[in-house]
Amino acid sequence: MRKDQNLGEYLRSQGVSRRGFLKFCSATASLMALPPSAVAQVAEALAAARRPSVIWLSFQECTGCTESLTRSHSPTVESLIFDAISLDYHHTLQAAAGHGAEAAREAAQEENKGEYILVVDGSIPVDNPAYSTIAGISNLDMLKDSAKDCFAIVSVGTCAAFGGLPGAAPNPTGAVAVSDIITDKPIINVSGCPPIPVVITGVLAHFLTFGTIPELDALGRPTAFFGQNIHDRCYRRPFYERGEFAETFDDEGARKGWCLYKLGCKGPITYNACATVKWNQGMGFPIQAGHGCIACSEPRFWDKGGFYDALSTGDWGTREALLGAAGAGAALGVASAIRARSRKKKAMAEEEA
Amino acid sequence: MSSLDTIPVTTEVATGNVEPLLHEIRHALKRLAGGEQGTTIDLKSLPLAPGEEERIEATLGTGEVRAEVDALGPTLIRETSYPGVWLITHKNADNAVVARFIEVTYIPELLRSQPEDIDAGIDRLESELRT
Ligand code: SF4
Repeated sequence: MRKDQNLGEYLRSQGVSRRGFLKFCSATASLMALPPSAVAQVAEALAAARRPSVIWLSFQECTGCTESLTRSHSPTVESLIFDAISLDYHHTLQAAAGHGAEAAREAAQEENKGEYILVVDGSIPVDNPAYSTIAGISNLDMLKDSAKDCFAIVSVGTCAAFGGLPGAAPNPTGAVAVSDIITDKPIINVSGCPPIPVVITGVLAHFLTFGTIPELDALGRPTAFFGQNIHDRCYRRPFYERGEFAETFDDEGARKGWCLYKLGCKGPITYNACATVKWNQGMGFPIQAGHGCIACSEPRFWDKGGFYDALSTGDWGTREALLGAAGAGAALGVASAIRARSRKKKAMAEEEA
Repeated sequence: MSSLDTIPVTTEVATGNVEPLLHEIRHALKRLAGGEQGTTIDLKSLPLAPGEEERIEATLGTGEVRAEVDALGPTLIRETSYPGVWLITHKNADNAVVARFIEVTYIPELLRSQPEDIDAGIDRLESELRT
């Protein structure tokens, strides 16, 4: 896609008919969890959308987030969205490496000053920045350098959003989240270990469509995807209400598809879209496969008790503080995204207390 | 039958969402018949247990019209046995489902020829006739 083209012109030049475009918009609206009635608005905005520059930095991570995205199930929509952005730097996906690649990153930052989207996966080691470097540049320095002129940051995955596995006790590298370092830019946390691929694309699609920050919850996550908890959307919920629980993974209750609460399911305190968006071409999600939710989109889920221990026995007790903060309201726009981040810090501090 | 099918797992799960959805369709159909606008329901928007989507499909049945649109991968459009209730399945080029909708309308928008495509067609036909 040429920089001077809008998305509508680009798609027409690629031989995509208006019908194809409308289909793309329906799938994109569904991807962004917008109601079908919003398709016309999405079509109008997308047709006029310009190509945003995206710089993707990977720090202390396992590449699972990028794998999640590149293995995502809807290549037509995903690749169109990817064609529609200019992915100017992603050191896992790009062929270039070393100083040349860094020069390209710096050039893209300069050319798109104030407008590019910075995507980060992985946490940042601050005890000793030398624990993780790229082309001799510490993660800390690279993040600060790339963040200073960006429009907004998308922290992809629980590591970038909340510190994740590298930050698990005893946190040997002093791993922190992006929002612990950058405090003057809007940050959208797309948590999950890994995040659902269409949620990552959905956030990019939101930028592409509306050019704005989506509505965020108290932990800085887009409410379109993280607004409801797994438990509220779980198809096993009727069993929970009736007190019908599987006690082991192979008892009669498990075979009958009863609730997995006693087997450690963290669905009641986990906010994510797995129960409706689902994984693997919409095939299912962990609970549907017979395994409880492990709360992978929640802060410090590694350190809060065993994955197979019932919620009541884990370290989730002060969750009410978090819920209270989440209920405090959603935020829109740059200023409110920053406000949301300070609420996140407060919520996490309360949770630690 | 794969060996997985031989494992004796049965689910007796029901979310209770199937009936309300069918009622939603009934209400939408009445509104349409009364001269109001059509309704689109995103099947991904509410929790359904394994097998419930199939139950909805089976209840709605198959009607007189089936169409396949070939644009960015196939889209299957089927009128159900209830006229005015259409099941729309968007697939990508790899034949994987990307979105499913129930549309309550006289004719799904995607079946209509689009003005932009008609204009492009006129250009093509004119240039064809010039050569
Ligand atoms: S399986 Fe988990 S999310 Fe589902 S109803 Fe039981 S506790 Fe809630």
